[in-house]
Order: sequence, then C-alpha cells, then structure tokens
Amino acid sequence: MAKIKYHMLVCGGTSCHASNSEDILKNLQDLIKIKGLDTDVQAIKTGCFGFCDKGPIVKMMPDNTFYIQVKPEDCAEIIEEHIIKGKKVDRLLYQGTASKENLSNSNNTGPHKKQIRIALRNCGVINPENIEEYIARNGYQALGKVLTELTPEATIEIMKKSGLRGRGGGGFPTGLKWEITRAVKADQKYVVCNADEGDPGAFMDRSVLEGDPHTVLEAMAINGYCTGADKGVIYIRAEYPLAVERLKIAMKQAREYGLLGQDILGTGFNFDIEIRYGAGAFVCGEETALIHSMEGLRGEPTVKPPFPSESGFLGKPTNVNNVETYANIPAIINKGADWFASIGTEKSKGTKVFALAGKINNVGLIEVPMGITLREVIFEIGGGIKNGRTFKAVQTGGPSGGMLTEKDLDTPIDYDNLIAAGSMMGSGGMIVMDEDDCMVAMAKFYLEFTVEESCGKCSPCRIGNKRLYEMLEKVTQGHAVMDDLDKLRNLSHVIKDTSLCGLGQTSPNPVLSSMDNFYHEYLEHVGNKKCRAGSCKSLMQYIINAENCIGCTLCARNCPVDAIAGERKQAHVIDQEKCIKCGACMEKCKFNAIFIN
Amino acid sequence: MEMVKLTIDGKPVEVENDTTILKAAKTIGIDIPTLCYFQLKDMNIENRPGGCRICVVEVVGRRNLAPACSTNVAKDMVVNTHSIRVLNARRTVLELILSDHPAECLTCAKSGYCELQTMAQQLGVRELPFQGAQSTYRKDTSPAIIRDVDKCIMCRRCEMMCNDVQTVGALSAVNRGFMAVVAPAFEMNLEKSPCTYCGQCVSVCPTGALTEVDHSRNVINSLADPTKTVVVQTAPAVRAALGEEFGLAPGTLVTGKMVAALRRLGFNYVFDTDFAADLTIMEEGSELLDRLTRYLKGDQSVKLPILTSCCPGWVNFFEHNFPDLMDVPSTAKSPQQMFGPIAKEYFGKKLGIERKNMIVVSIMPCLAKKYECQRDEFKVNGDPDVNFSLSTRELAHLIKLANIDFNSLPDEDFDNPLGASTGAAAIFANTGGVIEAACRTAYELYTGKKLEKVEFDELRGLESIRHATLDFNGLPINIGIAHGLGNARKLLEDVRAGKSQFHAIEIMACPGGCIGGGGQPFHHGDSEIIKQRAAAIYREDAGKPIRKSHENPFIIELYKEFLGKPLGEKSHHLLHTHYFDKSAGTFVDE
Repeated sequence: MAKIKYHMLVCGGTSCHASNSEDILKNLQDLIKIKGLDTDVQAIKTGCFGFCDKGPIVKMMPDNTFYIQVKPEDCAEIIEEHIIKGKKVDRLLYQGTASKENLSNSNNTGPHKKQIRIALRNCGVINPENIEEYIARNGYQALGKVLTELTPEATIEIMKKSGLRGRGGGGFPTGLKWEITRAVKADQKYVVCNADEGDPGAFMDRSVLEGDPHTVLEAMAINGYCTGADKGVIYIRAEYPLAVERLKIAMKQAREYGLLGQDILGTGFNFDIEIRYGAGAFVCGEETALIHSMEGLRGEPTVKPPFPSESGFLGKPTNVNNVETYANIPAIINKGADWFASIGTEKSKGTKVFALAGKINNVGLIEVPMGITLREVIFEIGGGIKNGRTFKAVQTGGPSGGMLTEKDLDTPIDYDNLIAAGSMMGSGGMIVMDEDDCMVAMAKFYLEFTVEESCGKCSPCRIGNKRLYEMLEKVTQGHAVMDDLDKLRNLSHVIKDTSLCGLGQTSPNPVLSSMDNFYHEYLEHVGNKKCRAGSCKSLMQYIINAENCIGCTLCARNCPVDAIAGERKQAHVIDQEKCIKCGACMEKCKFNAIFIN
Repeated sequence: MEMVKLTIDGKPVEVENDTTILKAAKTIGIDIPTLCYFQLKDMNIENRPGGCRICVVEVVGRRNLAPACSTNVAKDMVVNTHSIRVLNARRTVLELILSDHPAECLTCAKSGYCELQTMAQQLGVRELPFQGAQSTYRKDTSPAIIRDVDKCIMCRRCEMMCNDVQTVGALSAVNRGFMAVVAPAFEMNLEKSPCTYCGQCVSVCPTGALTEVDHSRNVINSLADPTKTVVVQTAPAVRAALGEEFGLAPGTLVTGKMVAALRRLGFNYVFDTDFAADLTIMEEGSELLDRLTRYLKGDQSVKLPILTSCCPGWVNFFEHNFPDLMDVPSTAKSPQQMFGPIAKEYFGKKLGIERKNMIVVSIMPCLAKKYECQRDEFKVNGDPDVNFSLSTRELAHLIKLANIDFNSLPDEDFDNPLGASTGAAAIFANTGGVIEAACRTAYELYTGKKLEKVEFDELRGLESIRHATLDFNGLPINIGIAHGLGNARKLLEDVRAGKSQFHAIEIMACPGGCIGGGGQPFHHGDSEIIKQRAAAIYREDAGKPIRKSHENPFIIELYKEFLGKPLGEKSHHLLHTHYFDKSAGTFVDE
C-alpha cells in the first residue's frame, strides 16, 4: 500500500450501489490498467460515506476530494484531469448550499463538520470485504487486548465506565446488561446482534454492516467473552442482502484468521457466530419477539420478566445488543472508557448516528456527539431546509418518537432530553418537516406504519392503533367532530398504558406530540375543515375564478365525474359535493381560472 | 419458597414470591377480571399470554399498567386494581375488543355462555364509542367444528390447547396486526389440518369463534318423521354433566332424568352407550388376552402394548401422527360405533325395522364423535351406522326447546335390551376407566378366578401419565394411562422407539377423559367441575348391581343369540375396524 499515491474510494453502500457504483468502480479499475497507472493508483470499494442524497460518491485520497453524483462515464475525466493533470473536476464537486462555493476538501464541508465518527469510523474508509484493511485500522486489537490482558469483569467495568447505552432505542446501559447476563449461571449462553433495523428512513445499522462488518464480529466476540457465551447469532432482516453477503465474507475471513472459532488467538476462548434471517417485521426488533423469531416461532413479544438475560434464545441466558452499540465497542476498548466518556453529555456518552431525511438539503447518514443541538444537526450538518422553506418540526425516534419543534431546536440531543421533550432517541431516524407538511397527516402516516407492523398479540395495539388511524383519517377528511379529539387523546394514553411491548407503548407518541405542539392544526381540520399545509386532499377545494373563466367548457368536458356545470361562454362552477379533487380541470384550463382553496 | 408481603387495594397480603398479582389478589377476595387468561388447576393447563390486557392493574412506581395475570408480585409492591386510571383503561380496552367483534349476540351460538358478553356486562359497557373496520374472515365448517373467527378475540386459549396440551398443531396465530387471527396454517380449512376434532379448542373458546356443528335440527326432523324409528344412545359421561345445564351442582348424576327427558323428546327407544361399552370390553379385553397369550407363547408377530381405540380424537391423532404404528391399537370400534350396527343389524332386524327406517342418534360428551359417525367405513351403502351425534350441550338445548322442566322429571330406566349396562361401562367416562373395566374382565377370564375387589385404585386419578402393574395370578401386567394428546404422544414415542414396557395403554384425548370432553357443558376453567364429574362417575359404578362387563346378562344373550363369540366372524365384521394413514395430505391445497 505504501507505493500507492492515490486511493479512489468508491462507495459500495446500498444507495450508491443501486446507482451503478459497481460500474464506476469497474470503469476506474479498467482505466487505471489501460493508462498503466496500477502502480500508483488504486480504486477500491468502501462502505457508506453517509452522503446518500448525492451519491454515487467517489472520494480521492489523500487530498480528500469528494466527488458527488458520479456517473460511469465521468470516470475517464476524473482519471484524466485529477490523476494525470492534477486538476479537480469542478463540476463533480459538492456545492455548499449556503456559500455556493466549491468545497473540494470534504473535511471542511458542512456535512462533515461537527461530526465525530466512532461507530462509522471505518465506513467509507476501508474495503469491507478485506479483513486486512480492518486489521490495518486497529481491527481485532480490542479483542486481542481483552482476551490476553483483561478479565471479563475488568472489561465489563470498562464498558460501564464508558457510559455506553443501547443504540437500538432503549438506551439501557450496555455494561450493566452484560453484567446481568454474566451473573446468570447456565450451561449455555448466547449473544445476539440485533440487526433488525426497521424504523422508516433509518439505515445506520445497514451501513455499519455493509461498510465495516468486522467491527460487529469483533464486538460480539468481546461480548461473548464477558458474558460467558461461546455462540453468537446475528439476527438480520433478509431485505439486507448486501449486508448479509459482506457479513458472510467477514465471518469466513475471521475464521481463516483464527479470530472466530476454536481457541481464538491461542487463548482457549471459543466463539463463533451464525446468521438468522428475519422477514422484516418491525416488531422483531423487540428483543423477546426477535428471540422467538430466531427460534422459528411467530415473531411476537412476551411479557418480561423473564428477561432474555435469564431466559432468552432456546431458554438460555441471552444478551441482545444492537449493531451500532457493537460498532462502538472496539473503539472504547482501544481508546479507553475515559476517552469515550469525555464525548457527550452527563448521562449520554459518545456519539449517535442519525439518518437525516425529509425536507432537508443533505439527506444521509451522520454521526454526531451526544449533546449537539438539533439546530446544529439540521441547519449546519443538514444544510437547512430544502427549497428555502421554513422548518416546522422534526420527528426523532421513528414511529415511536414524537415531533419536536422550533422551541426544541437548541436542546442538546441525548436520551433523557429527547424524552423530556416528548420524543425519544429511538434508533436514530430524523425526519425533517417543513410548512408544507400537515401534522395530522404526519401522525396518520406513522400510525399507518404501526398498524401495518403491529403483531396483533395484544388488544390495545391490535385494535387501538387501527382505531387511532381511522380517527386521524376522519380528521384529515374533515369528518371529525370535537369529541373525536378527546377520544383520540384518551385512546392514545390507554394504548400507551396497556400495550404489551414497546411498539404499542410508544405508537401513539406521534399523535400525542402533534396534538401537544400543533393542536391548532387539529382544530382547523375539525372546525374549519381546513388544512393549512394544503396536503389533506379531502379538505382542498378546486374553485373557478369567474373573472378569468371565459366559458370554453374544456374543464367540464375533462371532469371525470361531471362535477363542473356552466353555459358556453359563461363562467363555470364546480360542484364541491361531486368533486373528487383529481385536478384534471386545473391541468386543462388555459386561462388560469382554476385555483385551490 | 420465599414469602413476600405486598399491598393490594390497601389490604396487606403475604404470598410466595413467584405468585402472580392475579392469584395473590384472589387469596384476599379480590377478583380481578380476566379474559384471555385461562387455567385448569391441578391439570397443568394454563394460558397467560398477557394479550387481552383486561386484567391490567396499577403498580405504584411503574410507568405503565401491569397485566395481573402475568406479573409476579414483589416485596412491598403496592397494587391498585380499581383506580380511575385502571377502570378507564380496562373499559377502553374492552370497548376496543368489542369494536372489532360482530354484534350478533342475539343469534350467536355462544350467547348466554360467552365470556366476552359477561365481561361487557360486568364492566358496564353501555355504548360502543369506537367504530371502524372489522376484521373479517372466511367461515370454515368441518365435520365437527365451525370456525367463525370474525368472533376471535386472539385470547390464544385454543392455540394453547391445540399446541401445548394436545400437541396437535392444527391452530396457531396467522397474519399480523388488525388481521391477526388464530387459524390452521396458510388459513386453510380445519379439514386440511391435522385437527383431531377433540374439541378442546371449543371447550375453552371464550366467544362464539369456535363452536360445534349442530346436529339437533336433523334429530328434530327425524323425530317428526313417522316412518322412522329413532333410537338414542347416551354416553357414560353425559349423565354426570348434563345437570349443570339446568343449574344443578357439578357432579349431580341425572341418569334417570336424562332417560325421562329423551323419552319425552319422542325417541322410540332410549338405549345406553354403556351397553356398547360392555360389548367393547368383551372384544377389546379378548383382544388383549389373545395378544398377550400369543406373546407369552413367543409369537413374534404379536404387537404389544395394545392401545385402546374407543376415543375417536385419539384415533385421528395416531392416524395423523403415528401411521407407522397403526397395527398397535386395538381394532375394536368405539362404543358409539359398536352400538350402531347392533341397533340396526340386530335389534332392528329382530323387530323387523328396515335399516333405512331406523335412525340412530348418539348423545356424546365429544365433538370427534360427530366426525367418527360420518367416516365412510362406518356406513352401509351410504347409510351411517350412527346417523347423528349430539353433544351434551346440544341435548340440553333440545330439552329446553321442547319445554321440558328437566329438574322436575321423574327418574326413568333405559329400555332393554340395549340399555342394560354394568358399572364397568360407566367408568369409561373417566381417564383410566376403560382399562380398569378391561382389567376386571381380563383378570377373571385369564385367571379363571373371581375378582374380589373390582376397584383398581392404582389406575384412577388425574395425573397426566400414570402407570401401574397388576398381578394376574403371578403374571405382572403393566398398564399405562394417558389423557390429553400431548401425554399420549409421549407414550407413543416410547412405543415407536421400542422402549415401552407396557402390555396395555389407555388413551383419552381430552384432559380428564370423556368427562372433560369437547362437547360437555363449559367449565370456564374450573377444574373442580371436572373432578366432581369424575367422582359422580365412580358413584354410578359403585351403585350398579353388576360391575363387570362379561356379567351383563344382555351381553351374554347377544353373543348367544347373534354374535357367537368375541373376536368371532360376526364380531370381526360388525365390531372391528381398521385405520388409515392420514399423515400425507395435511395442509395440501387441492
């Protein structure tokens, strides 16, 4: 590697992969060969850079040039200009929205400023299909250290001291979880990696598995050593084929290198991992449901206790941790608990990966220190709201979270603050909404997801969420009465209070937080039959402006439901009772006589 | 076990630390309402998925409400079972359940027995605040059980019975969310599943989602047809439970009133399945002795143990699950199916009644009997030996329909000849009863000695799997008994593995035997009721002047006059059967 002058890192994450990054990689490699540059230049596939909105990404090292939206046909130009002539290809550089300046060094660009990459430290840096690249970045050093220098108790102590909390959403202290599992006596224990990422818009776990699979394997082995388990299981949704493929490659390599299997590093410690596939049910992210699914049973939760740490997979003590949690662990062991604990807030240490989505300029994956504010994330890293619109709210925590508004923008992000603000950390989905988003419709959107994903075991979640959804539908269609709003609130509280698992206990959160923050919008829908965002179709009215209408009859002839009446050369009128709001009239009108109220 | 002290509704209570809040509350007279929770105490049957959320209570310091059925007590816990928060939540949850339940109470088969109806009454639901879509499904009718799962409330009791207790695996939860429901795999019909029609799902279903196929209309039509001679037979277990439908205490024997009621309903002859049970002992007992004697003589072709075959749910079970062992069970038909040909071919012919003009009706504690009487091998030219089978519950309805004041009826006797029976036949109703009856006869036939004490106490009880060794004049006979198909499976797996030490095994599909059958009055999880029925059955036996099947004078006459000898040619033709491999074809859509 020492001889190589230029590394061209081609993103192989799912998003860039889907946009032909494989072809880009192949073109670059072919061109390097044709031009006889193979001794100086190397093009390699890496994991996700997090800048998915602007993919496919090609990053040039060592000068940190960040090319976006690269097409396979751009490769010749990049080789010719950048490598041979030493000139950057300006048109492929990221354009900062605010300053309009070309930001050629990615370390200075908005999206990368303020980020600290711990869990994603290797994503976009190494070839995930090559264990040597992981090892070159201190990979498996933490496992070696733990096995040769530390007792399980001492390692758990480090984990506790680091303050790492579960990144899957619950935020349970990881070290404590390990300690509890370790304390249970059993002939067989298991450690599980929960890779059943299911929040709409969240893809941090997938990116870690695709970009840095070895870090998860290494951390699972450390977990096994600490809790007394010699078997690990990765529960991953089958919709992540690329992640599965890279995990399989990584597991094979780790076994070949003696880092998984019998007598790891000659220490007598045995640990191996197998993969179990989920069918993509959101509820299987709940650990008891996940375990039942792994056992081949119906993926539905059971009452806790017993907790998996006492009776989990196949009835044995089982420690379940999430992918992102695992990805932090080798770094904590290598750099120490104090280093990790120095990042973040008092009760939430380290960083958190968020998936930025919605009406934001820089959609993608970011990793930021706990304690950063929403304002910094949305306006600095995220580049602000798309199309110069106004920020309205941000939904954190996926369908279980709540909507945070302007007043929360300067709250430091951590587990406890988000809960206090009426939302939650969740797995890290962050969906930004602007003034064009109707808050009732957003709540309905999340409920639709929950209704779809409820397992159906307990009545409040099975039926209650469906009823919530139906009531929200009534509101968005303008059929609701004031009494329905009281019912909505009461039912939301009962569902939270009585549901069996976390899914139902949090599913009404989007309803409650939107009611808390945007009650006036609910009132407008119910009282004035009006949607201020203009997104609730049923409440829209197509109206003909009599002054502009010349009575050409074009609209009436195109109306599929005969809702438009009027004499030739006279102004026409739309019968609102009949109108289905298809918009055909407005599209056809040549005189701008039709508008939406 | 460590004891913990806690407070429930302001009252102190001390219980063992693995007690649930529900049970702890019960000890101090607080009855927390439950819906999905179900228990048959002392029979190792419990359902507590924590799914319905009706039993939620407030635990001070806990964020959300706790399901009392599945939350264990803890030291110094403070529980409130009827705070405003709890009452509001509990009622809202019930209103939600009702919002996805057809409001068909007026015409529902379960009306009056429905636990959901009772709960709505108990919680004072007077309006349905939630309206919306209802989850609807295809109705499924099998030979014995109707699934109308629009009425399913996902309590999962049937699933627990079918999988955990019976290990049949015909029913489990399918679909997700609002459309989640309990059904056979791939939502196929029950007929395509390995269902044995044991009916335990029906016995525990709180609503009208699972009910029996009603044969009473056919029976009413037959009774009204002047060209038909309608003969009825009543299974031993019916008389120990029928009274419950008329407000009598569980365990009240109503044999005489039942006979009187059947006569008033218009049956031409009121006979007794007990008679056929005595006949079964003659055939099955002889088969046991035959196999045993040949085995002792070293005949390698003889299969032991012999398994009883009077339970149709059990027959279905081994046809599905143990087709490789089909030569192990006795070939004797069940008493219901022995009765049919004797009534039509012997009694009917004797009276000059043409087969087509005779209708045989059975009153059974069982739903599998409905399927059994429809099996092709039990028909002659399409005419079934037993035309219709009514459950105990259906008979009660029929009696009420005919305006008969059951409780004031005089005691009447069965008609002869097919109504005479011994105490040995009576105990067929209880787990262990068939084998005890068989041993009473087999002992005397084998040893040639008179049995002084007819009760084999070692064969009685409610333990799931029992075994005893009887002394047949120096020859030790090993007997195994299982009730509940999950327990039967364990014994059968030993037989399959060649590890079974038993000479004879009795198996009953239902917990407790026929007294706990799927066609009996609903016990709603009160195992005391089953115990009382069992005690009544043993009282019936003790009160009989003759207590060994081979001493039944009408049985003796039947052999003399018609059948010849047990296992003889006529018996072989009329009283024995064969089995079918049903392992293939399950869950296959044609």
